[in-house]
Amino acid sequence: MVTELADDMIVCRCEEVTVGEIKNAIHEGARDIVGVKRRTRAGMGLCQGRTCEKLVQQLLVQELHIPPNEAGSSSARPPVRPVTFGELAKGEVI
Amino acid sequence: MLQKDILVIGAGPAGLAASIEAGKLGASVLLVDLNMQPGGQLFKQIHKFFGSSAHRSGTRGYDIGKQLLTEANEANVEIWMQSTVIGIFPGNKIAIEKGFDDGKKEIITLQANKIIIATGASENAIRFKGWTTPGVMGAGAAQTMINVNHVKPGQKIVMLGTGNVGLIVSYQLMQAGCDVVTLVDAAPKIGGYAVHAAKICRAGVPIRLQHTIIEAIKGTDGCVSGCVIAKVDEHFQPIPGTEETIDCDTITLAAGLKPTMDLVKLAGCELTYNGVFGGYIPLHNERMETSCKGVYVAGDTTGVEEANTALEEGKIAGISAAEDLGLISSETAGQYRKEIWERLHALRLGPFGEKRMVEKEAIMKQYKEKIGAPEPIL
Repeated sequence: MVTELADDMIVCRCEEVTVGEIKNAIHEGARDIVGVKRRTRAGMGLCQGRTCEKLVQQLLVQELHIPPNEAGSSSARPPVRPVTFGELAKGEVI
Repeated sequence: MLQKDILVIGAGPAGLAASIEAGKLGASVLLVDLNMQPGGQLFKQIHKFFGSSAHRSGTRGYDIGKQLLTEANEANVEIWMQSTVIGIFPGNKIAIEKGFDDGKKEIITLQANKIIIATGASENAIRFKGWTTPGVMGAGAAQTMINVNHVKPGQKIVMLGTGNVGLIVSYQLMQAGCDVVTLVDAAPKIGGYAVHAAKICRAGVPIRLQHTIIEAIKGTDGCVSGCVIAKVDEHFQPIPGTEETIDCDTITLAAGLKPTMDLVKLAGCELTYNGVFGGYIPLHNERMETSCKGVYVAGDTTGVEEANTALEEGKIAGISAAEDLGLISSETAGQYRKEIWERLHALRLGPFGEKRMVEKEAIMKQYKEKIGAPEPIL
């Protein structure tokens, strides 16, 4: 794979987070996918990281020289897919 | 709150097979899927399957899909399409956004004694300059467009990746009337089966190995109007001076898949990382049960493989769930599982399969050491 990527290349398209922003987050101390997510919002958009998680993982592997499993995986919380507040409000309380 | 013996999430080959087995054994089964039609990827598979007659070799994927739907109906499986599980909570309580034919949606809550997660996998993206330009898409997305929606994704296609998905989808794009300009792969040899590659070669389409796409060129309309490819060295780095511009309006990426893990994570299942199977997967045992008691997994969610292995794993999950509901004796269930595992062994042979068999065994060994007996969802 191409290792030198332009800083303005988009990685997370939902939240429009670039390679440069993710590298910055890593240099500021992000050590895994969750760390990058908290600092940049990468993976917090509509697709919840389905497209970008692996790309963020690759950047972590490349910048920190770690095996891919150490980049971890994003956490999941309900609702895992987008729903409207209206629908949620009408639903039964579990 | 609705009550079901078993909730199966995902109506692809694994979910359908699990539902059929459990339904036949008398369980009340609800099968939910967020797509319009059940069958998962099967209805996109217009080619004939390989393997032994026990695995329906020579049958086209969509015919297998139709057969499974008939069997699911006969087994009294209730199917909700356009319905999405949005949450799994302690006590096996589940929130589902149920879709209706008129487009309305409603949140339904359900308590299921057992949960089978068969949510499949999603395509990997690849970064290169301009990868977010309209006209760059997953090979699977292009396959859905031609084989399910009957729409051509574009006229002139460049395919990145020569695994089976890249090869098969390239050929199907040609059958649909697209001009596949070339296939590109950074690896030094073709990733997929020779029989699929031969079809591409006979059609005169060049396969460029040790090459990669370095840029998608954006046209005046904002969409892809071409791409730049380059030869790569042994470290997969593009070699300066080898760039070549190719005229195309679509770039399809066949760069592998990763298991869809969000519901597995929500249920709190223990995960393990496995590069062969596409990333993080739920730890599971030979009964396809996860670290959470009463939560089972099957198909690509447990590691990316094929429709055949998904079907067999689905059957195991369905039988194990029925066994844990007391609908079948452990002895009979064990015998069924033994037979299925023998078939799975047969499927996981050869240069492509053996590595997966070894990894599957390692995952189950890890389960035994780390989990032992599964715990309820907390």
